[in-house]
Amino acid sequence: MNVLQWVFVITAFLTVGAAVMMVLSRRMMHAALWLAVALLGVGVIFITLEASFFAIVQLLVYIGAILILIVFAIMLTQRTDESGPRLNAYAWAAAGVAALIGAILTFSMAGWMLGNTGLLELGPAFDAILPLGQALVDTEGFAVPFEVASVLLLAALIGAIYIAFERKGERS
Amino acid sequence: MIPLTWYLILSAVLFSIGLFAVLARRHAIAILMGVELMLNAVNINLLAFWHYWSQVRGAPQVNGMVFAAMVFVLAAAETAVALALIISAYRRHHTVVVDEMTLLKG
Repeated sequence: MNVLQWVFVITAFLTVGAAVMMVLSRRMMHAALWLAVALLGVGVIFITLEASFFAIVQLLVYIGAILILIVFAIMLTQRTDESGPRLNAYAWAAAGVAALIGAILTFSMAGWMLGNTGLLELGPAFDAILPLGQALVDTEGFAVPFEVASVLLLAALIGAIYIAFERKGERS
Repeated sequence: MIPLTWYLILSAVLFSIGLFAVLARRHAIAILMGVELMLNAVNINLLAFWHYWSQVRGAPQVNGMVFAAMVFVLAAAETAVALALIISAYRRHHTVVVDEMTLLKG
């Protein structure tokens, strides 16, 4: 195995381990920190895929924005008594379903004919950021989905403020 | 040189862990974290196939990247609305455990 493959394997094990710890940790703040490790690992995976733009976006959007939102929500909804089980009554059935789906996906992909294709180094000639930016504003390309996405973000912003706004006499 | 299968298997494993979190955790924010993990697994898949397709075609392709960018946008919107819902529900019922939110139960 060469250096890149070692980087991939170590990062993959760290990411999966952090994801498992996230699922199993009892305190939500610990779960959020494990999620940060997992998201960082996914960002490193993006770097090995030479999608450096998405590695940066992963760092900015997921770890910088979404995770901070989650941490704030955890702090705002903290109960003093963290009692009760962390998994519901159907945890074993859920584990079975998740393991089954994971096994089906893994075996179907491991047996896939083209799956052994090695991902070669693309090099700077494959820098896709310029074509990506052009495609997002090109009416022949993805201008309409891009605009719809911006409207969706605006709707989500206004909706989130409306939902979370405290009205008079609501607090029970 | 990393085989394409490695990425696909990693994303399958991450997806299963996220699915387990969604199905089994009782805390609403933990369920949301599971959804985030599943979306990340999908993004690994999309970008792995983007890399593969660019390599096959011999030129940078943008379709996979646009898909991945849309997933990021949807994840951000979904998180904002979901956390607003969780905070609103907490304010009314003083709980974030989804088993205890039984307002719609007859």
